[in-house]
Amino acid sequence: MKSTLIVFLKEVRENLRDRRTVLNTLLTGPLLAPVIFVLIINSVVTRELDKAEKPLPVPVIGAEYAPNLIAALKQQSIEIKAAPADPERAVREMDADLVLRIPKDFAESWRKGEPAQVELIYDASQRDAQGSVNRLRGALEVYAQRNGAMRLLARGLSPALTRALVVADRDQSTAQTRSGTLFAMLPYFFILGAFIGGMALAIDTTAGERERQSLEPLLVNPVSRSRILIGKLAATSAFALTSVLLGIVAFSLVGRFLPTEKLGMSLTIGPHFAFFTLLAMLPLVFLIATLQTLAAAFAKSFREAQTYLSLLMFVPAVPTMMLSLFPVKTESWMYAVPLMGQQITITRLMRGDVVTGEQLALCFAATMLAALVVYALTAMVYRSERLAIST
Amino acid sequence: MIEARGLHKAFGSVNAVDGVSFVARDGEITGLLGPNGAGKTTTLRMLYTLMKPDAGTVIVDGFDVARAATEVRRRLGVLPDARGLYKRMTARENIAYFARLQGLDAAVGRARADALIAALDMAEFAERRTEGFSQGQRVKTAIARALVHDPRNVILDEPTNGLDVMATRAMRAFMQRLKSEGRCVLFSSHIMQEVAALCDRIVVIARGRVVADASPASLLAQTGAASLEDAFVAVIGSEEGLAA
Repeated sequence: MKSTLIVFLKEVRENLRDRRTVLNTLLTGPLLAPVIFVLIINSVVTRELDKAEKPLPVPVIGAEYAPNLIAALKQQSIEIKAAPADPERAVREMDADLVLRIPKDFAESWRKGEPAQVELIYDASQRDAQGSVNRLRGALEVYAQRNGAMRLLARGLSPALTRALVVADRDQSTAQTRSGTLFAMLPYFFILGAFIGGMALAIDTTAGERERQSLEPLLVNPVSRSRILIGKLAATSAFALTSVLLGIVAFSLVGRFLPTEKLGMSLTIGPHFAFFTLLAMLPLVFLIATLQTLAAAFAKSFREAQTYLSLLMFVPAVPTMMLSLFPVKTESWMYAVPLMGQQITITRLMRGDVVTGEQLALCFAATMLAALVVYALTAMVYRSERLAIST
Repeated sequence: MIEARGLHKAFGSVNAVDGVSFVARDGEITGLLGPNGAGKTTTLRMLYTLMKPDAGTVIVDGFDVARAATEVRRRLGVLPDARGLYKRMTARENIAYFARLQGLDAAVGRARADALIAALDMAEFAERRTEGFSQGQRVKTAIARALVHDPRNVILDEPTNGLDVMATRAMRAFMQRLKSEGRCVLFSSHIMQEVAALCDRIVVIARGRVVADASPASLLAQTGAASLEDAFVAVIGSEEGLAA
């Protein structure tokens, strides 16, 4: 036990003297989640607000054929612009989000009481333009309904006659659940924080120690290799945990200032969230530290280890992508899958959903078990003769 | 005292060490001489418990390496071929780390480190971080770290490798000093003159086997050679991989 502590303290002290490691642990790792999140949220918020409040510029061809329509659109804060020569091409090449074309015979059809056609030219694959298209379509429909109703009234009929069915939307999503889909990426950044926080030490204590030829002298000491390994893992975990802890705290602080309510979302980020997130992350930090050490133990050099560990960072992205691309019903067994369990737990905590004690315990125990299995594997690699041999 | 008895070690189909036996006694300097690739480093690695022999045993002060590896490690001071230091720690901190791993308490460790820093003439750079140390400074730190627990037996793998003339002289003087303190000193070298100048006993290894094990005088007598260097070449059968 004592020798484990000696190794732990030495690794912590030595790595605290490395400015880049400290910077990654205390700054890059923790700030990753909050900073990326602030960027995403702010750009989404500003975009949505921009679109709703600002006048929408619409290039119109043949505005002169429908002066009344144009006037009505202007009232709905749509700004009429001169149209490009080739509107289809302008839309395809994203020079314009959309173009409205009013044909020459618009006025004649209108006078005769026939459906007068206008053309809306847009590209449905441009998701960015969807908001503008919907807004213009809405404005056009308001104008059409108003005039349709007036025509019926002029003939002594009730406009309600034409509306045989009315669909009323009853959206069951709450502000929290709506924010959930957007925030599904967040756990990934916490997990990434653990990767970044532990990376330098995992490499330094194994591949780095071998590359600078200090592992062989170390292993000649009368200390068992598993104790040395545990000391090194503890140091790696301590750095990763610091990273995660700071990340959660930073996120909890920053989360309060995010203008999420403007999007109609609300998040429950407070001490409760911070505590249980940390609890769910704790065994994962051990698992990641051990995995990183295992990968680094296979590497012959510092650079090789860096390559392995960088590839390893993509692993936690898998459950994140799966869960945000195919949102499935949360089943109990999912808590038992390391990474996925944390992903679900953190997302649910943030949305204010209930995570039961059993689910949390399952997540904790299953991840811890995985960490122990990886530890056993790493210890096996550590016992091998080849480990110490530098050349 | 270090005893190697019938050591074998193969890597794949290559028999790196193929039946090596010898004894290194207390109060003597024993030299392991052999061309590069003769199996010296592998032999030493089996002696200091880093590698397990395929066959054969190692006995250090009566303890069998296979059964009491930890006890053996306490009795050995080892300067391996790999002698890297922790560059973000000072020379003294490097020594102190190993002192603690050897189980010395802080006061004893400090006293031992002070004694070694004086003996190895390290005072000038002991409090500096080891990044940027010269080869000589690095080897001195590695030796101090290896001997901090005052071991009876000292194993040095090519201790003068990469040292300049002055540092080499200092190293040889230090080995004489270890011998005069009654320790068992075992070192490997591919430099004939070094072995001839230092050793009470010379074990010559070639192609994984011991081809001669004698005092310098009896080696001369056995081979009938005029000089030790001629005697070495005679028992190995070739000059390849050796240095004068």
